[in-house]
Amino acid sequence: MRHWTITREADGLATLALDRAGASTNTLSAAVLAELGEALDALDRDPPKGLIVRSGKANGFIAGADVDEFGEIATEEGAIALVRRGWDTFERLAAVGYPTLALIRGFCLGGGLELALACRYRVAVDEPGTRLGLPEVLLGIVPGWGGIKRLPRLAGAPAALDLLLTGKTVDAKRARRLGIVDEAVPVRIMEPTARGVLKALPAPRRLPFLQRLALTPIGRRVVAAQARRQVARRARREHYPAPYAIVELFAKHDGNALAPAPSDPASIATLVRTPTAENLIRVFRLQERLKSLGKEGSFAVRHVHVVGAGTMGGDIAAWCALRGLTVTLQDQDAQRLAPAMGRAAKLFEKRLRDARRVRDARDRLIPDPAGHGVARADVVVEAIFENADAKRALFADVERRAKPAAILATNTSSIPLEDIAGALADPSRLCGIHFFNPVAQMMLVEVVVGRQTRREVVADAAAFVRAIDKLPLPVKSAPGFLVNRILAPYMMAAFRAVDEGIAPETVDEAALAFGMPMGPVELADTVGLDIAVAVGKLLGPRAEPPRKLMALVEAGHVGKKAGRGFYAWKDGKPVKQASGAVPAGLADRLVDPFVAEARAALAEGIVEDADLVDAGAIFGTGFAPFRGGPLHYAARRQDVAGPARTEPVPVV
Amino acid sequence: MAEHEPIYIVDGARTPFLKSRNRPGPFAASDLAADAGRALLLRQRFAPSDVDEVILGCAAPSVDEVNIGRVAALRMGCGDKVPAWTVMRNCASGMQALDSAIADIRAGKSELVLAGGVDALSRAPLLYSEAMVHWLSSWYAAKSLGQRAALVARFRPAFLAPVIGLMKGLTDPMVGLLMGQTAENLAYRFGITREQMDAYAARSHARTLAAQKAGHYDAEVVPVYDRAGKVYTADDGVREDSTPANLAKLRPFFDRKYGNVTAGNSSQVTDGGVWLVLASQRAVDERGLVPRGRIVDAQWAGLDPAQMGLGPVHAATPILRRHGLALNDLDCWELNEAFAAQVLACLRAWESDDYCRSELGLPGALGAIDEDRLNVDGGAIAIGHPVGASGARIVLHVLNVLERTGGQRGMAAICIGGGLGGAMLVERV
Repeated sequence: MRHWTITREADGLATLALDRAGASTNTLSAAVLAELGEALDALDRDPPKGLIVRSGKANGFIAGADVDEFGEIATEEGAIALVRRGWDTFERLAAVGYPTLALIRGFCLGGGLELALACRYRVAVDEPGTRLGLPEVLLGIVPGWGGIKRLPRLAGAPAALDLLLTGKTVDAKRARRLGIVDEAVPVRIMEPTARGVLKALPAPRRLPFLQRLALTPIGRRVVAAQARRQVARRARREHYPAPYAIVELFAKHDGNALAPAPSDPASIATLVRTPTAENLIRVFRLQERLKSLGKEGSFAVRHVHVVGAGTMGGDIAAWCALRGLTVTLQDQDAQRLAPAMGRAAKLFEKRLRDARRVRDARDRLIPDPAGHGVARADVVVEAIFENADAKRALFADVERRAKPAAILATNTSSIPLEDIAGALADPSRLCGIHFFNPVAQMMLVEVVVGRQTRREVVADAAAFVRAIDKLPLPVKSAPGFLVNRILAPYMMAAFRAVDEGIAPETVDEAALAFGMPMGPVELADTVGLDIAVAVGKLLGPRAEPPRKLMALVEAGHVGKKAGRGFYAWKDGKPVKQASGAVPAGLADRLVDPFVAEARAALAEGIVEDADLVDAGAIFGTGFAPFRGGPLHYAARRQDVAGPARTEPVPVV
Repeated sequence: MAEHEPIYIVDGARTPFLKSRNRPGPFAASDLAADAGRALLLRQRFAPSDVDEVILGCAAPSVDEVNIGRVAALRMGCGDKVPAWTVMRNCASGMQALDSAIADIRAGKSELVLAGGVDALSRAPLLYSEAMVHWLSSWYAAKSLGQRAALVARFRPAFLAPVIGLMKGLTDPMVGLLMGQTAENLAYRFGITREQMDAYAARSHARTLAAQKAGHYDAEVVPVYDRAGKVYTADDGVREDSTPANLAKLRPFFDRKYGNVTAGNSSQVTDGGVWLVLASQRAVDERGLVPRGRIVDAQWAGLDPAQMGLGPVHAATPILRRHGLALNDLDCWELNEAFAAQVLACLRAWESDDYCRSELGLPGALGAIDEDRLNVDGGAIAIGHPVGASGARIVLHVLNVLERTGGQRGMAAICIGGGLGGAMLVERV
């Protein structure tokens, strides 16, 4: 066998270890699954007293199915074959006569968790890398290898559906609390625990009575109805059919994705008929590509110095400290630093929960009004107010004091890099590292490449962006870079629609129906209308400014932060009326300028290729992920309106 | 000691001293130590991991900060490999940390040491009374329902009255006196009146306010930030309204009713932390450090615990004698203000032929310290006395005063609960 190794031990136990040949990470390809069948054959011939299934790789357990084989889902037959081979193999594993145990260390995702669930016991190693989950729904598919069947029996229906429908992962301790694993133990006792469990053969945990009731046919319908309502709040069925299918499979088919008839909305046939799964897998690949952009070079970052403790600077600093870096945060005085320190503490408490980890993150974030940190930093990020002279003066000073190999980066969104670079003795050191607001939520970071920027600096900056677990996108230094530039015409179109008397609610609903995560008017209110105007101004020739927008800004109603913009804001949420019917063509009116600008950006070489335009649009603007990005969407939509962009899109 | 190799003060910093508001303050002791230390370390020419050891004085560490010196060192980013420890000499724990650093540098064990002191007195614990502890022990040992029922019957609400850890800490274990009562002893012995105490306390507040206004404390205080995003930039116990007239209205706290020592003419219960970087000649040379001063000499002394407030007299006098210095040969004195009566008693002792002869073995009185050399920026009565930190704070502050006034030499001296005194002679380089 190439991938699996059976080791028989003196006490009658056996281990079955997966070390997928020719791959750095364990995934369950067709060959790996077929070989698992052979391994089970071999074990059947001479059954062990107990079997430990584990990973032969140091980096984790099993990451899931092999995404490279997902091309199969392009056809119905291919998709069914893919589901069947895992379902059948794991049904067989679940039925073997000897006790089985999955020893889980590191990631245990998708098909990997479904394999573990097919074992009688699970022992998870309690360390930071251990994550268990079924993220299939994020790829627009369903966990078809037994996850929908077995997870509810262990964790109870509500908790299981929560994991199945959100795709979120849990650590070992939480998995233990949920009943997904039998033991969560430190690495030092993982071996004796696995062997001890197989010798003691504890009775499986029984769900409490109510939880058992929820797994009866009637109970399932009740739980499913509730789950459906929750799903409907987050995703529309026409956009994202998979979570709805998961609920149906749970309610009616005990998790067997092969059971529904092809005409059934929960069937695999239905799922693969929409392009959602294909597009979400495309999004996953785009994400992997962006990640790979940070792998060139070997730049190691330990200390980041951020200048400017405003919203952006403060949140960038907090994020870097959250991700384990030492951070010095500079601003003119302690009073200006204080709000950023408070926001950081909140972020740490929300994300880390554990009091010691919160303390450590706070200790890593060092207020530094005098800027001593510059001399120690591997990366200096400037996030002061948008004034070219101030930035030039700052970088001239920073360059003198910084380490020779340190990255010098500006977070500016509006000042050309080249204008700032002139102040440096070595202008080729300067690049842009452009974060989006809110920093903690936005995955994309534009790495801005000025005409003068040295190649290696770009690679180093991308490596830094990866080190803080964001997605780097190298973009050419040009007004608006990629994200703001393609967003602006879309927002502009929304403002025009409002000026014509269409209610903001209706405009937003048109965008939501298209699949945007937030309507453009609400987005403008959230970002701040003053900022929308400022960004618009820099993006080129001026058309007549949108009347309503300008009136609101003049009145000081600049959006969420002022409590009033296009919407009135209450407790951080816009007060919206019913949207009413969306006029035909309104969505196209919003999206077409988006697509056109995306094409123009590609033509100008703002990013390297069309896929990167789409990646930027999805991760930077939230462009409907299930549509695969604006250019992908336009290419698929043969009748795309207004492909030619004859004149500059009017912006504010 | 003067002939030994010099001990350099490279730099120092402290947190603002934050007055206890009768509830746990926003910072744990290790928060204060870490925050002051990381700001200090950030501005050095060496990395935090370059120090040879970290020594922290702390009189009342909390139960979850055992060996708080090590906790602070790790939190400041000194790394796993830098050894760190905690010292305790009550009110002079911070000065003890400096002295321990000096000893290790002199012995050649260390070249570069981060030493300081900290306490978060607002977080001093409430303890179960002894009766309650016994009752609980029986409860946990009880096996039958009957035993438990009997215990319930024996329970008294009075068991629940907590023991205030801070009051225990401020009571002398040998003579059973509260520290304030030892100050009453000194007032009685030297005939110090309530009016004199209150006048001294008012002067401490006035001098601290003036120093804050002039920015004299900016040289040593670094801001600290709490989780809510509030920043603390200055010592917050000092009051504009601490005038003699207002202070006169306060009731005696320690000898109730007819005593003279009040909360107003005593040091405040406060949270704070302070660090100094001490270095050998070799460390200075090799690392290109620019030292600000030197600790020239240090002395500890013992005396009757019931008179502990005179500790500074007994510790500083031998240093003066060794270096042939008169009281006013020093450009500044930081005599820690545990109590107004106690500072005044120290001055009277030096002015007293009788005291100097009988207690110090001197031919006669040493004289009077000029008012404008003593505690020129106020002291613990106005800014507070986080006991573990104060001994290091006054050493750092002597250096700051010398730098500001162009003085050359100064003395930091402190009284220590239990009947001890400590003093350090500091010089500018």
